[in-house]
Amino acid sequence: MSTLEIRGLQVSVNTDAGAVEILKGVDLTIKSGETHAIMGPNGSGKSTLAYSIAGHPKYSITGGTVTLDGVDLLEMTVDERAKAGLFLAMQYPVEVPGVSVSNFLRTAVTALRGEAPKLRTWTGEVKDAMEALKMDPAFATRNVNEGFSGGEKKRHEIMQLELLKPKIAILDETDSGLDVDALRIVSEGVVRAKEANNLGVLLITHYTRILRYIKPDFVHVFANGKIVEEGGAELAEKLEANGYAEYVGS
Amino acid sequence: MSLLTTNYLTPTGREEAWRFTPLKRLGGLHDGTAKVGDRQSLSYRGSASGVKFERISRELATSPVETDDVVMQRVREGAHNVATLTIAANTEVAETITLSRSAQGLDSAEFSRVRIELGAHARATVIMENTGDAFLAEDVEFVLAPGSNLTFVSLQEWNTGSTHLAKHHAIVDRDASFKSITVTVGGSLVRLLPSVEFIGQGASCELLGVYFATEGQFFEHRMFVDHKVPNAKSRVNYKGALAGQGAHTVWIGDVFIRAAAEGTDTYELNRNLLLSDGARADSVPNLEIETGEIVGAGHASTTGRFDDEQLFYLMSRGIELSDARRLVVRGFFNEIVTEIGDAVIQDRLMDRIDNELAKAGS
Repeated sequence: MSTLEIRGLQVSVNTDAGAVEILKGVDLTIKSGETHAIMGPNGSGKSTLAYSIAGHPKYSITGGTVTLDGVDLLEMTVDERAKAGLFLAMQYPVEVPGVSVSNFLRTAVTALRGEAPKLRTWTGEVKDAMEALKMDPAFATRNVNEGFSGGEKKRHEIMQLELLKPKIAILDETDSGLDVDALRIVSEGVVRAKEANNLGVLLITHYTRILRYIKPDFVHVFANGKIVEEGGAELAEKLEANGYAEYVGS
Repeated sequence: MSLLTTNYLTPTGREEAWRFTPLKRLGGLHDGTAKVGDRQSLSYRGSASGVKFERISRELATSPVETDDVVMQRVREGAHNVATLTIAANTEVAETITLSRSAQGLDSAEFSRVRIELGAHARATVIMENTGDAFLAEDVEFVLAPGSNLTFVSLQEWNTGSTHLAKHHAIVDRDASFKSITVTVGGSLVRLLPSVEFIGQGASCELLGVYFATEGQFFEHRMFVDHKVPNAKSRVNYKGALAGQGAHTVWIGDVFIRAAAEGTDTYELNRNLLLSDGARADSVPNLEIETGEIVGAGHASTTGRFDDEQLFYLMSRGIELSDARRLVVRGFFNEIVTEIGDAVIQDRLMDRIDNELAKAGS
């Protein structure tokens, strides 16, 4: 049983015009097995929340705490947070030229497990994960995210989620840019990871359609750098009907 | 010191061709004050049929072209013979031909001339492996007859303290292809001048290279591609990394498309990765065009640091910073190193690159 606890999180980003405050005090608790959806309009700070928890150097934490099972994540380097059990599926996964997917995955799993996996077992794990996400085996020889279509990038993220077995996963707009088939395949991967590892999920999205495949236990509406309303799955339906207008101050 | 028949101009450092090179570190190779020994450090291993290696005396080995490089002029006058590798016409040499240069001495300079000649429709891969302590000035010529195909790999894995000046000049005839892969990872000062001269239509070249300079190393790669006939194609792609105080690399890519060279297709690229402060990468592409009737002509040059987004992505999967940097650097060089096509050499080079990076304190 794991708990990611975010308390009073304030985050700013450095721009040419000076530091700009993006998150204005976020409180959120995610436990193993739970799925939390964070929904909100563009520019509300959803992605900042994801990236600042993962430790992206662009963001400065100006207040609050983030702990995983009581251990302070904010004091950790980016790789230490991953080793503590955190995973971030990115909205725009980064190309790493010249580094093959298989080399990347092997390096990551070795770092996370503290030892190289047994070759035969590992090859099997990768093969199964790729098949489950309906990916061509040749994918493993391609360079990380280089020349991938939008759908391939997202499948690759979810493949990592299944292989690396984190405790808590943040999915940043994993649904964006996916057609219906790809959305279903990717969502099924998330559900598998949840069931296999009792994963806690923080699902960041702009649209409700992914919630048809990944049922949220809690829905949080995010606007102007904080959570402005919370509820169950029914809140998503309300947002579907009414949009975000009532949360976006004039 | 040999007595030269011509009174060459000694470079002062103000000439375009020498403006980046630290002349004081050349040990007198440029002004004729270097003591020249009699060593011949190059050897040939192999016995493939259709392949002949011999040393031809200077008097019998007239060079097909003049050189305007003063050091190469001295080499031509000073070297007693030309190590000549000949691949007979219509011979396809399946195994790689290795020329090993194991240099052993910094007390006097070695002047070396090498010529590699391919007969019509011959095909071969030649690797020149340079190791040891070198004080070397080297004139390498390639003569590719029509329809021939040569891949030439030169590996500069010199010990610290080595000085190596070389010209690699390829004369490429009709429908022939010349591919060179230059790797420079060792030595104190290395200055290579790869050049290609197309003399027949449909000829092509691909000049690839990687270099990694650390503290105090100076590596210069200055190429010249001369499109003097129609419908030839050239590609240049050099990648370099630098780390440490005083690491300095120079890449110059000169491409000349003469008025007669209609249908030319050329592109050159140089990318540099600056891994620490105190290092300097000079990168100068030059394109001179005398005809507009061409297929394409372009160039690009970039010099940058580690991409924070790449490192973040890798680290967010649990990979430590030093390992993430190593992956990125290996990936950066991978595109060109894999072109060598020899797993043993590729692994050795990648290990060396890892070591250079570790030394630089990633």
